[in-house]
Amino acid sequence: MGRYTARRLLQFIPVLFGTLFLLHYLQTLSIQFGGDPIASLFGDRQPPEATLNAISRVFGLDDPCLDQRGNPCLGMFVDRLANYARGDFGIDFNRQPITDLIFRALPITLRLTLIAVAFECVLGIVAGVLAAIGKDRFIDNFVRISTVFIISVPLFVLGVLIQIGAGLYLKPWLEGLGAPEWFTAAFSILYQSEHPWASLVVPGMVLGALSLGFIARLTRTSLIEILRADYVRTARAKGLPGSRVVGVHALRNALIPVITYIGIDIGALMGGALVTEGIFNIPGVGGLVFGAVQRKETPVVIAVVTLLTLVFLVTSLLVDLLYAVLDPRIRYE
Amino acid sequence: MSDPSAAAPTAPGQTPDSGRERSASLWADARRELVHNPVFVISTLMVLLIMSVAAFPTLFTNADPTFCQLAQAYEPPSDAHVFGTTVQGCDMYAHVIYGARPSIIIAVFVTAATTAIGVLTGLFAGYYGGFTDTIISRVTDVFLGLPFLLGAVVFLALLPDQNIWTVGIVLVALSWTSFTRITRGSVIAVKSQDYVEAARALGASSPSIIRRHILPNSLAPIIVLATLNLGLFVSAEATLTFLGVGLQIPDISWGITVSEGQLIAVGGGLPHLLIFPCAAVILTVMSFILMGDALRDALDPKGR
Amino acid sequence: MSTISTGASMAGDTVSGGGRRSRTTDAKLSEIGFDESAPLLEVEDLRVEFRTRDGVASAVNGTSFSVDAGQTLGILGESGCGKSVTAQAIMGILDSPPAFIAGGSVKLRGVDLLSLPEESRRRVRANRVAMVFQDALSSLNPVFTVGRQLGELFRRHRGYTKAEARAEAVRLLDLVGIPAAADRVSDFPHQFSGGMRQRVMIAMSLALDPDVLIADEPTTALDVTVQAQIMKLLADLQAERNMGLILITHDMGVVADVADKICVMYAGKIVERADVYSIYRNPAHPYTKALLESIPRLDRKGQQLASIEGLPPMLTRLPAGCSFNPRCAIARERCTTDEPPLYDIGGGRQTACHYHEEVLGS
Repeated sequence: MGRYTARRLLQFIPVLFGTLFLLHYLQTLSIQFGGDPIASLFGDRQPPEATLNAISRVFGLDDPCLDQRGNPCLGMFVDRLANYARGDFGIDFNRQPITDLIFRALPITLRLTLIAVAFECVLGIVAGVLAAIGKDRFIDNFVRISTVFIISVPLFVLGVLIQIGAGLYLKPWLEGLGAPEWFTAAFSILYQSEHPWASLVVPGMVLGALSLGFIARLTRTSLIEILRADYVRTARAKGLPGSRVVGVHALRNALIPVITYIGIDIGALMGGALVTEGIFNIPGVGGLVFGAVQRKETPVVIAVVTLLTLVFLVTSLLVDLLYAVLDPRIRYE
Repeated sequence: MSDPSAAAPTAPGQTPDSGRERSASLWADARRELVHNPVFVISTLMVLLIMSVAAFPTLFTNADPTFCQLAQAYEPPSDAHVFGTTVQGCDMYAHVIYGARPSIIIAVFVTAATTAIGVLTGLFAGYYGGFTDTIISRVTDVFLGLPFLLGAVVFLALLPDQNIWTVGIVLVALSWTSFTRITRGSVIAVKSQDYVEAARALGASSPSIIRRHILPNSLAPIIVLATLNLGLFVSAEATLTFLGVGLQIPDISWGITVSEGQLIAVGGGLPHLLIFPCAAVILTVMSFILMGDALRDALDPKGR
Repeated sequence: MSTISTGASMAGDTVSGGGRRSRTTDAKLSEIGFDESAPLLEVEDLRVEFRTRDGVASAVNGTSFSVDAGQTLGILGESGCGKSVTAQAIMGILDSPPAFIAGGSVKLRGVDLLSLPEESRRRVRANRVAMVFQDALSSLNPVFTVGRQLGELFRRHRGYTKAEARAEAVRLLDLVGIPAAADRVSDFPHQFSGGMRQRVMIAMSLALDPDVLIADEPTTALDVTVQAQIMKLLADLQAERNMGLILITHDMGVVADVADKICVMYAGKIVERADVYSIYRNPAHPYTKALLESIPRLDRKGQQLASIEGLPPMLTRLPAGCSFNPRCAIARERCTTDEPPLYDIGGGRQTACHYHEEVLGS
């Protein structure tokens, strides 16, 4: 296990720097080829040169290498990394440190993500197991068809349609029935800070919907294949009850790819949070990026995405290590 | 196309009916199964329909999508405008029809490019292994370290111009890795098969082995993924356009129609602003995904 | 030796390493009402069908045999002849669908297992009839330790605690000849060599002292030297415990040492039945004879390897008459129309060939 961990760490470090460099390089490329983003903010009314330079310096965009097309700007990259190590991710257009903005937005996004993950895992795995056990019967077809629908609907479409459905139809109907406010808050179309959990329920379910489809299918496929394995036959031959054969022997193996998928899915959840928080006007990290994109506040966009990427990479590493814990065959590779 | 099962000799003394055995080839089996699969047939027809809408929009509507009158903004469906009008006062039906083209063009272009790049890199990584594999795998890992949507948003937000080509290139840059992984896995699995070793023992050269043995037998998952990806890229483009970093006005795209309509639809009680473009997106994506799913089930020899 | 606190074990339960039997006091199992004086295992006219898209395949077409305590029955035949399906039908672990038991009976100490409800059959498994499979690597769960998989039997069937079950697991590993059993008990299956793994499977099958052990190709996946060790282990254990052993294989060499009597199967039917000496010395069926002749012999260097022409028939479309006739060296017209019954030819021998006298004479 120790050797496996060491190897994973050794693979992790170059990938970490590589990805950060990729982000950096593509940003410098776009500035070199696309022009100064600071200047383009001002449009037709350009301020004096000195002001432009000062602003550029503040945002760390005053390096002369940015004038040469194709220059990877390694010096700038190193400076950036040093800043990140110090916890400095730059400032936004209002001169607020971006890390402050992130910290304020984080708890909300964490709640949203928690709801989404709980929703997708519980429902997804249960649906997948039921479909696998009842293969080719009604429950199986039902799960297969409904997951295809869920996967085929892009997240923003789902969010927008649910927003309309909840806001225009469901909520007024529930209020007309006299439902208590904490309940109807769950169907509000926008985030409400007086109901920090309830108003995140529907957005959370929207966020988790796509992954739920994948998890259900993956669980189903995985379990169906495992149920055909020789060791499942052995478990039956041992006279174990069916619930144990499936629930312990089969599932323990079948869930391995599912759990690793959930780990990888964190990346998709991050992107999804961006869309979901944008649609439901939730002031989380995704909403932060969404707003910054609308206002063309590129430093915020880059900083937040960089931080999220870091989180994602670390999570991927942890998932890889978890995989070894779950599957003993991997530990001795 | 090399087919290992065709190499099995028919034995003498077989029962006389054996000549009527159906071909055991994976492709023949798949073709037979697909043609009888109603889901596949319907989704393929839908795909063809949508492709023709994208290619020949004038066949489906006479209205001019650029003719917009603010005075007629967001009107519900009527005789004059079957789907109503958009936020800008344009004919919604025309926008739905014309919106197909950029989405399909991007999807096709990106799928073609990612397939080509991914298959090539996956082939080299899987077949030659060793150092080549390490390099390609590390590069793949680096690109995979970027969450898809976040990466796309960053790049597109930084680019000065957002049009079909920039969106397309960004999508290619962030998605080629999925093909590499699948191809590599497939190639590695095929490479260790006995018939490849046999071919090598008979003196076949590497390129010929790749062309005649490895590639055809690794093709199945690639085809499935390509079909699925067509749908996913339509979805991705629509999402990016919706977020504001994809296609921009005055281009016509479903994502724009939805994003425009979103804010007004709920407050103003105008569901038609969203229902029609959303339905168009859903139908398009679903057709590709159903098609790809049916292909996967048909081509998977284990999934019987 | 194992330490088992008498408080936790069920009343009347004793576990020993030698030949003494233990009976679980599991209520359902004793309810079944086995008649200990009846023959150990009697299979009569067993029929198993597989209903597939391409038609109905008769995998087992009316086989009958019996095994007594302390006896070893060898079931011999090519792949696809129905021997594994027979074994799985006895155990009751066939996937149904597509398999269906179409007729016959499997009597264990007088009780027809096929007529029992699934709950009772489940308890019979591992307790009274156990099975050893061919490929131990794929037949053992890769994510659980060997100790846990062994101990599971004691915990689920006998109510042992974790510690007691583990002690039993160590004892069993020791019994089947795995060195340093106490350490190995917490290893995973992939950490064992092929032969050791097979020993683990045998240990697992013997854990609850079954009366009948079915070994389905137990040595096919192993090297020749390891094969001999495993076969010896099986023989010793069987003798110690006075078990009935059913040995299923396609390898005539393996079965010669161990078996008392042999059934040769072809296309779902038994085509010859005899004691082991007679089969080898003087086969009475063309198929058996051809099998014997196809064994490569070191003293016949330079001569052609004999093989049986043709392939086994498709179970969905069996030939008319004798199933073997397309490949038989002495087939006549009668063979294509009349299905041969099992002729009694004295000395407890039976053969399904119209022209068995010719075969015996040659």
